[in-house]
Amino acid sequence: MSHYEAPIREPLILGHKSYHDITEDIAKPIEGKANKNWYIAFYISLSAMLWGFGCIFYTVGTGIGVWGLSKNIGWAWDITNFVWWVGIGHAGTLISAVLLLFRQKWRMAINRSAEAMTIFAVFQAGLFPIIHMGRPWNGYWVLPIPNQFGSLWVNFNSPLLWDVFAISTYLSVSLVFWWTGLLPDFAMIRDRAVKPFQKKIYSLLSFGWSGRAKDWQRFEEVSLVLAGLATPLVLSVHTIVSMDFATSINPGWHSTIFPPYFVAGAIFSGFAMVQTLLGIMRKVTNLEAYITRLHVEYMNIVIILTGGIVAVAYATEFFIAWYTGSQYEDYTYLSVGSATGPYAWAFWSLIIFNILTPQLLWIKKIRRSFIWSFLISIAINIGMWFERFDIIAIVLSKGHLPSTWWRFEPTFVDVGIFIGTIGFFFVLFLLYARTFPVIAQAEVKTILKSSGESYKKLRDDNHE
Amino acid sequence: MSSSKVIHAFYNDDEVVLDAVKKVKAANHHIEEVFCPFPVHGLDKAMGLAPTRIAITSFMYGITGLSIAIWLTYYTMIADWPQDIGGKPSFSWAENMPAFVPIMFELTVFFAAHLMVITFYMRSRIWPFKAAENPDPRTTDDHFLMEIELHDNEEELTTLLNETGAVEINVVDKH
Repeated sequence: MSHYEAPIREPLILGHKSYHDITEDIAKPIEGKANKNWYIAFYISLSAMLWGFGCIFYTVGTGIGVWGLSKNIGWAWDITNFVWWVGIGHAGTLISAVLLLFRQKWRMAINRSAEAMTIFAVFQAGLFPIIHMGRPWNGYWVLPIPNQFGSLWVNFNSPLLWDVFAISTYLSVSLVFWWTGLLPDFAMIRDRAVKPFQKKIYSLLSFGWSGRAKDWQRFEEVSLVLAGLATPLVLSVHTIVSMDFATSINPGWHSTIFPPYFVAGAIFSGFAMVQTLLGIMRKVTNLEAYITRLHVEYMNIVIILTGGIVAVAYATEFFIAWYTGSQYEDYTYLSVGSATGPYAWAFWSLIIFNILTPQLLWIKKIRRSFIWSFLISIAINIGMWFERFDIIAIVLSKGHLPSTWWRFEPTFVDVGIFIGTIGFFFVLFLLYARTFPVIAQAEVKTILKSSGESYKKLRDDNHE
Repeated sequence: MSSSKVIHAFYNDDEVVLDAVKKVKAANHHIEEVFCPFPVHGLDKAMGLAPTRIAITSFMYGITGLSIAIWLTYYTMIADWPQDIGGKPSFSWAENMPAFVPIMFELTVFFAAHLMVITFYMRSRIWPFKAAENPDPRTTDDHFLMEIELHDNEEELTTLLNETGAVEINVVDKH
């Protein structure tokens, strides 16, 4: 009875599946042909991506002046988008690392796609600081290498440089974590492949994985240690992103609760994006037996929790800004000034999408509904974008002197680059969904007998 | 080793293969290898494999990364080109240290994670363009394969393996 799980737990794999059925189900989207909807989605994303690339070329060729920035608002859409994408990129490693340490079996159905999403989102995030440099060909200046101006080094006191190290470590560690987990699954595709070209590609991708007992022993140890390393790493990344703001002396940014509040917000938005993507993917790839209502509910519970932390942080910020009695605090992003001022629409979008809408998830029917979860996840994605926009644009729009007051208006280039990154993200994700095993099948096979519906039923019947 | 014969026993259930390994070990046969489509808990112990030391290497790599971070921040910010940055104490690494904690942490993780994974790939001999060595494609799908070297005891082993629940038994030449 090594495969036992309490009968009260809901099954994680629906229907009657064998090990071979799991192989078949996960190989099917890769071996089959893409349907019309996939091509429609792909071409829309590709056009958005190309439009974005055009805007990037225009920015680099002409200068940052094509954006809606001014001397007072030196950061706006680009850094909003940067923080938004980095935040989205938090769920993947959280699911695969933190939930692995907590031995949550339900992570196995969603960790592969969540990690893919993480990596693709961090790509998008990384674009923004590089374009914002204005001279991206000088991007290597952020690395600690001696340069032609004498031995002038990078400034290790600066949170912006911490960001460089945090995000590159996060991206590269997430990538090897993901790829190591993919090896046995690529090997499965390789050993099934009939076409010689396909066989060659998957042989290359699987690094010649053979599945020896010793390999699996090391594989499990490596996964565990990587999870242990990635857990503090994932928390450090958004902590450091928040320090970009928190270490400055702007009212509204200079706040000690930023690190934990940003981390909670990142997990909140990351899970929302996982819900958005998997809500569509489970249908398109016929993986409804593996990504079930229960998975959706568990993710929604994480969303309620982290959304709650974010709501408390907002309330704290609002209260503290009011309680200082300082007139300069009256136009921070959470204050009476911004709730009634020219950015009231942005303020209320934040409150409605981010705080009020997710409260619907307290209702069990809603948090177990696919369509409701999907809609609420979109609201959260929008809300979390507004959070960053409010923090950046509202705070910067009113400096200490009225002569520095300025209203930020995005240009078509600002908007175009943002749309471009959304397109780029979906191009990568759509290609991934057609060529990669989207569920960690080797791991799912280990829980089939303990958490598969038919096996559970069989055990329960025997007990009666 | 010159050409020798091995026996390949296939199983299609993880619990059965685990019991089979225990029985074969109890009958004093040396199991060359077991190929699995997914990890089977307790299989390494049953086969008598030594515990892996890969976590220890990771720890040592982490220490290396931490030391490099300390040296890098000391050399660049204190020794080589000290600057007054917001009044931070550029004359003493210890006093400037709180600002370097994020870098120290990130480099520790960077070294510990990447070098451990590279060690794993090298030790398990997996890398791009490496040809797979599992003898049967079914071992990445739903079959477990136990490989045992033959020393003129084909019949005895076949009976034993049949008793343990093997679904297929082949004798093959291995070079």
